[in-house]
Amino acid sequence: MSEPVATAPNAAAPTPPAAPLRPSGRQRAFAERTATTIGRRRVVNSIMTGVLVLFSILAALPLVVILFHLLKLGASSLSIDFFTKMPKPVGESGGGMANAIVGTLILVGTGALFGLPIGIGAGLYLAEHREARLANAVRFLSDVLNGLPSIVMGIFAWQFLVRPVGHFSALSGGVALGVMMIPMVARTTEEMVRLVPISLREAALALGFARWRTSLSIVLRTASAGIVTGALVALARIAGETAPLLFTAFGNQFWSTKLSQPISALPLQIFSYAISPYDEWHTLAWAGALVLIALILVLSIVARVATRSRFVLGGD
Amino acid sequence: MVAEQVNAWFGSTHAVRGVQMRILDRHVTAIIGPSGCGKSTYLRCLNRMHETVPNARVEGRVLLDGRDVYGKGVNAVAVRKHVGMVFQRPTPFPTMSIRDNVAAGLRVMDGDRPSRREADEIVERALRRAALWDEVKDRLSTGAVALSGGQQQRLCIARALATEPEVLLLDEPTASLDPISTQSVEELVYELRNSMTVVIVTHNMQQAARVSDFTCFFLNGEMVEMGATDSMFTTPKDSRTEAYITGRFG
Repeated sequence: MSEPVATAPNAAAPTPPAAPLRPSGRQRAFAERTATTIGRRRVVNSIMTGVLVLFSILAALPLVVILFHLLKLGASSLSIDFFTKMPKPVGESGGGMANAIVGTLILVGTGALFGLPIGIGAGLYLAEHREARLANAVRFLSDVLNGLPSIVMGIFAWQFLVRPVGHFSALSGGVALGVMMIPMVARTTEEMVRLVPISLREAALALGFARWRTSLSIVLRTASAGIVTGALVALARIAGETAPLLFTAFGNQFWSTKLSQPISALPLQIFSYAISPYDEWHTLAWAGALVLIALILVLSIVARVATRSRFVLGGD
Repeated sequence: MVAEQVNAWFGSTHAVRGVQMRILDRHVTAIIGPSGCGKSTYLRCLNRMHETVPNARVEGRVLLDGRDVYGKGVNAVAVRKHVGMVFQRPTPFPTMSIRDNVAAGLRVMDGDRPSRREADEIVERALRRAALWDEVKDRLSTGAVALSGGQQQRLCIARALATEPEVLLLDEPTASLDPISTQSVEELVYELRNSMTVVIVTHNMQQAARVSDFTCFFLNGEMVEMGATDSMFTTPKDSRTEAYITGRFG
């Protein structure tokens, strides 16, 4: 509402605004309508917010329930013995999953050795040559590979690494897991490398760096925090995979760390204990599941913490 | 350095048209012109950076010490070791310390890599020339991203100077800097005139008047006029130059 304009020619200052007029009938009706609309909007807003919060809780619920049950049923079996002793034959109490824990670590390590270089290299190529036809093809195939059922991975590893040799081996299991890692690592690497600003690459090129050198020395180093995070997340994924190991690593009752022999793994051991008819073994299976989840959680948390990098890309 | 009939394209857009220019050795040449007139593009043609953009093309000759940098068999990477460039926004390498940033170019120099001690000396010399030594000499191994914008840009200049290029190209180096940093960069450019050839693209006419010996005026991808800075700003020959300088457009 504008102030009344001073009309007197010898007025030194504009006259103060008149007292607010009583709202007309039309203005009053408009105000009431707006008030109800605003009120109704607020109510709808609260309801929708409540619904979304409920859904969020429901989304987190399965994990919480699982963790709770694992702790309840498996924690009792956890002891130093569990981590250091071998599985005992049926009937004897005690025993542990030492070989399975070590087996999982060896399999994940072998998978990483195989899958990380290929995945990171592929991701780097995809990010540097965004539009090339080969890049588009690789990206597409990588997505398809990502969606492949893990048991199919296992069958392939079985066909090419187990059958020719005639026996199961940790190496074949590791390779199967490594191949599963490749699409995941390639994707996250590509995204992290893309985040490196072009200006950084240009700065390196202008200094006389060759293109490959720019990619390796500058771009990869800058994106390294993100790439490591992606690698850890991929490792967490494959640590829990069972199907590819069924006919590659196969499982092993005894202590074995040789790559050429079948090897035990936590998921496999959990599987064989869980389908057995013995209660003791069931509790051991719960404990094994707890350890496996703990391993995955630790990897994921480390990945999250590592994301809080010292350098903020694109700052300033 | 001599540019002969340089043309540059982004895809089908003809950004630089038939530029013919003689850049005098050990002098500062400024390139001025309104936004989008092709001055940055032209600058990037001088050290073969333009071709790093996808769908970009350059035709013409750029002679450095008599040799065409676009000649057959000439390696673009080798050219860039002799022609340094500083960009508009400071780009320190974020994962490296101040010292490593400045020494980054030394890793790819022709000939033997300098020893650690020699590299340190080169780093100190470059930082002194960039007027940054006193501010960072106690924290050479800290991350480069902790510096302020003006300091980062001076770091980038030191990085370019460390390899002792024959020509230094500056693409609006003070565009994102505060006035005090701008002043120190301008002083640096003025001091460099006797030791190397400098080409500076600037949006700021007063800056061109302050630091350069020669000025070129670009418009729509063409070089309209080039001359000694004093005479360019007082008695420009072309009417378009005069219009730009007097602020009738820009």
